[in-house]
Amino acid sequence: MYSEKVMDHFQNPRNVGEIEEASGVGTVGNAKCGDIMRMYLDIDDHQVIRDCKFKTFGCGAAVATSSMATELVKGKTVNEALKITNQAVMEALDGLPPVKVHCSLLAEEAIHAALWDYAEKNGIKIEGLAKPKSDIGEEEEEEEY
Amino acid sequence: MADKIIYMDNAATTPVRPEALAAMLPYFTEKFGNPSSIYRISAENKNAITTAREKIAETIHTTAENIYFTAGGSESDNWAIKAAAEAYAEKGKHIITSKIEHHAVLHTCEYLEKHGFEVTYLDVDENGLVDLKQLEASIRPDTILISVMFANNEIGTVEPIAEIGAIAKNHGVLFHTDAVQAYTKENIDVEAMHIDMLSASGHKIGGPKGIGFLYIRKGVKIRSLIHGGAQERRRRAGTENVTGIIGMAKAAELAVSEQKEITEKEKKIRDHLIARIEKEIPYARLNGDREKRLANNVNFSFRFIEGESMLIMLDGKGICASSGSACTSGSLDPSHVLLAIGLPHEIAHGSLRLTVSDQTTLEEADFVVDSLKEIVEKLRSMSPLYEDFIKNNK
Ligand SMILES: Cc1ncc(COP(=O)(O)O)c(C=O)c1O
Repeated sequence: MYSEKVMDHFQNPRNVGEIEEASGVGTVGNAKCGDIMRMYLDIDDHQVIRDCKFKTFGCGAAVATSSMATELVKGKTVNEALKITNQAVMEALDGLPPVKVHCSLLAEEAIHAALWDYAEKNGIKIEGLAKPKSDIGEEEEEEEY
Repeated sequence: MADKIIYMDNAATTPVRPEALAAMLPYFTEKFGNPSSIYRISAENKNAITTAREKIAETIHTTAENIYFTAGGSESDNWAIKAAAEAYAEKGKHIITSKIEHHAVLHTCEYLEKHGFEVTYLDVDENGLVDLKQLEASIRPDTILISVMFANNEIGTVEPIAEIGAIAKNHGVLFHTDAVQAYTKENIDVEAMHIDMLSASGHKIGGPKGIGFLYIRKGVKIRSLIHGGAQERRRRAGTENVTGIIGMAKAAELAVSEQKEITEKEKKIRDHLIARIEKEIPYARLNGDREKRLANNVNFSFRFIEGESMLIMLDGKGICASSGSACTSGSLDPSHVLLAIGLPHEIAHGSLRLTVSDQTTLEEADFVVDSLKEIVEKLRSMSPLYEDFIKNNK
């Protein structure tokens, strides 16, 4: 069902983890649908993304797209990173099954959400970046377990 | 990829037992005659079907004329519910079922709702058991059918079928049960349990795929499913699936005669899996009833992780299992069964079902738990939900 690239990124995900005092953190998706992605960015003074890490709750495709997205983002400038589309993430993974395309959208949203957080923290405006709709936790109360 | 396969998905399907296969083989080649034809080789096949029907009938304590062969569990469920609804529509248009039925029942009920029927979907408790009081209170003068599964395919909960049968009988309402998972595993007596219709399937019990049966109590009005020849007392026309019938009957006969030993073996493995997982993996919840549970079913939710990821990693170790997560159902919602027992979406997404057989060994069970520990830990280390949980609990 998954391409070899997807399987590789799922089984050996790149850049899993957190960044302490990250320049920007974005969390998208919601537990209801079974996908949550969190992306951490470390951005230098020249708006270059030095490092990028992720954590993901989700299926194989969600993990693989997160992993690939971090690879694509690393070393890019903020403006370049903004142009990374879900299409690009999918292509880099040699495609996804149709029912999993939404996972790649989540990866794109996660990048945008982290960039938005970075922009907010630094009081700057990034051309072409809209406020992400972060729906994490929506409809989810603290659950009794 | 691991080369050894550990198959823990016996609720999905089972391999055909060698004895069943051996019984089937001649009917593919030398015994190929159409059972309805007049010559000797066909008469033999007709007899073989009759014998198979008798054997099947015995397994549920009825007689052969009440057994109708179908193409499997889904067909039996569809037939029982649609045909009864149609036949009894003059009496009323109300049907009672439960929220945790297989889709073969639920989607059939939804179809009937679009055609003027009303359906009550009974709640279940946190272990998946229907509430008999709610069931009885739901019966109305226009109720024509109660359909509650014998045992649930995901969480293994065994429903109080004899009690439901008694209630149905008292109120003069037909009672159908989907026994696809319970058949040959639980003792089934359609007389003592007042079951009017019962669905079963060959491939869950060591028989072939694409064969099943519907038991219909004599006297129950039910429309024919397929019109055509005179097979299955004209109620389900079409040249019989001879090999399938022979294979299913052999598998059923053996499974019932060995039921005690099989159950004992399965329970031992099941309880070992449950005990080790509960002891060694934190934030795991056993789904389904501890006591009223199929002998081969283990179902856990692991918090903070998602089921499909778990399945792929298990597959990487040669372990076949299943999950009620959305990603394995092809929709965005996790299993309706897990939601019906009250699990929040997030926890329902992290479910894992292991269904063993009498062939499963303790070594295999240990390997599965060892693998699972490693996989759950790895996925949690990647999970933002786990990260938040740890931070919030510091
Ligand atoms: C409870 C239950 N009912 C019905 C079915 C459908 O049976 P079949 O695959 O023979 O159509 C299944 C199998 O998945 C089942 O578990």
